[in-house]
Amino acid sequence: MTALDLARWQFAITTVYHFLFVPITIGLTGLIAVMQTVWHRTGNPEWLRLTKFFGKLFMINFALGLVTGIVQEFQFGMNWSLYSRFVGDIFGAPLAFEALLAFFLESTFLGLWIFGWDRLPRKVHLATIWLTHIGTVLSAYFILAANSFMQNPVGYTFNPKTNRAELDDFLAVLTNKVQLVTFPHVITGAYMTAGAFVMGVALYLMRKRAIESRTHADLPMYRKAARLGAWVAVVAGLAVVVTGDLQGKVMTEVQPMKMAAAEALYESSSGHAPFSLFTIGSLDGKEKVFSLEVPGVLSYLATGDVAKPVEGINDLEKQLQATYGKDPLTAAASYTPTIWLAYWNFRLMMGAGFLAMLFGLMVLWRTRKDGLPMEKYWKLIGIWTPLLPVFAMSFGWIFTEIGRQPFLVNGMMSTEAGVSTSVGAWSVALTMILFTLLYGALAVAEIKLTLRYAQRGAVPVAEPVDPSTRDADAPLLFAY
Amino acid sequence: MSNLSALQVVWFALIAVLWIGYLTLEGFDFGVGMLLPILGKGRTPEESNRRRRVLINTIGPVWDGNEVWVLTAGGATFAAFPQWYATLFSGYYLALALILVALILRGMGLDYRGKGDTALWRQRWDWCITGGSYAAALLWGVGLTNIVWGSPVKVDPEVTGNYIFDGTLFSLLGPVPLLGGLTFVALFLTHGAIFVALKTDGDIRHEARALSVKTGVVAAGLAVVLLLLVNTKHSSTIGWAGAVLAAVCLLAGLFAALKGREGWAFVGTFATIAFAVVSYFGALFPNAMPSSLGSVNDLTLLAASSTPKTLTIMTWAAVVFTPVVLVYTAWTYWVFRKRIAVHHIPDEQHVTATVRG
Repeated sequence: MTALDLARWQFAITTVYHFLFVPITIGLTGLIAVMQTVWHRTGNPEWLRLTKFFGKLFMINFALGLVTGIVQEFQFGMNWSLYSRFVGDIFGAPLAFEALLAFFLESTFLGLWIFGWDRLPRKVHLATIWLTHIGTVLSAYFILAANSFMQNPVGYTFNPKTNRAELDDFLAVLTNKVQLVTFPHVITGAYMTAGAFVMGVALYLMRKRAIESRTHADLPMYRKAARLGAWVAVVAGLAVVVTGDLQGKVMTEVQPMKMAAAEALYESSSGHAPFSLFTIGSLDGKEKVFSLEVPGVLSYLATGDVAKPVEGINDLEKQLQATYGKDPLTAAASYTPTIWLAYWNFRLMMGAGFLAMLFGLMVLWRTRKDGLPMEKYWKLIGIWTPLLPVFAMSFGWIFTEIGRQPFLVNGMMSTEAGVSTSVGAWSVALTMILFTLLYGALAVAEIKLTLRYAQRGAVPVAEPVDPSTRDADAPLLFAY
Repeated sequence: MSNLSALQVVWFALIAVLWIGYLTLEGFDFGVGMLLPILGKGRTPEESNRRRRVLINTIGPVWDGNEVWVLTAGGATFAAFPQWYATLFSGYYLALALILVALILRGMGLDYRGKGDTALWRQRWDWCITGGSYAAALLWGVGLTNIVWGSPVKVDPEVTGNYIFDGTLFSLLGPVPLLGGLTFVALFLTHGAIFVALKTDGDIRHEARALSVKTGVVAAGLAVVLLLLVNTKHSSTIGWAGAVLAAVCLLAGLFAALKGREGWAFVGTFATIAFAVVSYFGALFPNAMPSSLGSVNDLTLLAASSTPKTLTIMTWAAVVFTPVVLVYTAWTYWVFRKRIAVHHIPDEQHVTATVRG
């Protein structure tokens, strides 16, 4: 493997891994803030228990998201230095904004929230979790603006004297049309992920307690949590569908090859382009053994009209060769992304997402009135639902980034032209192995802790004492 | 002296400010991590564990926010001086990867240590915290000293406008950068010990204060030699002024520690680190990365800089939001101002895996 291949693998491994923890962080801070707000308003201790319980599970997850996030910011320069120098004038600013506006906010106020239960007045303490949540959402905005620039570069001019792209209009970068559909898609996906997480864990615990006793005192609490999570998963899930649909149309406009790759559509379709639910056989366009197709759906996904034509890979490849093949910055052997990856990730994303929504609806139905999810399969649903949106998010991102290939910045710079030329393959291989082993070991610890704390459940907790009446020499309410 | 615009100078100064924020704040976080096995040693395993928890909890609510300073420094360098970011991060590749591993291990240790229930679990994360803190302190020292001292950077013959690093990890292990690494370790040990003396009560407080004077003397010796060497090679008014002030502040801080004035001692080591960074950046100016391959290869701030438009937008953001960040960060330290003693540490909530159901 060349340094380029290794650098791509390293970026894929570290980024997919990091992003496993991101949606849950964004969404769960919001849901915990809601739980704590309900406790604050009603004084019902169940909501305090849920706040602290999901707070603990959140912290276990957040730790990994946090430490692996530093790698994200550094590796642009480490492995993609030609890219960094070429677009830094535009791409650097959202990253700096993200650190200054979002990272400080979320880290500082999360510290205050975790350690501040008995140090801050209740209202102020409640504000800290909301500010943490706002920090995570802001962070998503800036990093997605940066990513949207890579999908659809706007607001820049090329300066031949400095041999780089330079900022022309920052507002255009922040309101890139790809960004305007990507941000809501990712944020609603994050809420869906958190909803599914809360629902799954609460459902599992509800069933477990109900097995101990049909009248267990904690059943109403877990029911509330499961239903809250299920509602969020379903409603946010619908929003994911709507925003995803909008995104598909923008994508077809700015990256038609990505849409063609998503369907493995080789020949341009004259209209009513079908969408295959799955295909058996090769995706190289030569032989389709079996394919279950729904006519018109691809046309609708791509253009919003079932009768409109959709351009195919072969035609697009010719157009892209003619447009970009000559310039060394954008030249590539092929402008077709890896089709099977694009095709299957696109479907797995949707499949996992729809399945999570289905489970959400089932839980809402089963837990209405005094319904108890006692059957064995509810345990499996409880365990698997939290993972489905996490996978869906990963599949979606892998699709988005695979579909951008062979470009690093769509139509502006090839991936090959952005890699660090001064970093040898051995160095990249070494760090790739290092990070992979480290991340693997940390995942073991993370999963162990998550399972342990999730199985313990939302234990009763002491009401936090108001700091004005607290004994100054009392033990800390929370300490590492 | 150079053709730098006011905005470019401002951003160079702001990046210096971000490094001051990072090293003064994470400096004591690293110090606490490095001191864990020393100040965390009790007569019994139970006492050792409590003492370690006291130490970790002095930085518990704040270390994560402190770490953001380096992310902001990285982001600001990327945005304001993209060529600096590109050349530095690809050039110091393996060193940075090691720093990342060290920071990851330390951060996970701080977060996870208290969440398990066996002595082995805690012991392993303790190693991560202490090892990660030593490695990060040492490597930041080596790395930053290399930037200022000069490393094999050169004009890229292939790509117009680009600068590349023409060396290996070993090119970064010269005697002066290694001295820089040791100085950082000694300074952060001192800064951390004084921080612990300021934030704890009981035996730990007194042991930490006594220790800070010993490590402080070593740090002072190393720092004086280092700053003399660096500023002799790259002489500048600001560089020398920073060096002199750093030395004065360190001696004043140690004197305050001897007198039992922990607050002033902390101000002293805090200012020492801040002035040392000023000295480094004074010596660095007007370069981003001086080259050891002849000054024709120096990566200057001018060559590394973004456009005036980007710098202007960034300046507005920095002017509006940096004060806000400083206010809530200061408030956090105020909220957690109380000293922690062993008897403030709550019992561990042992969480053992329940029967699977």
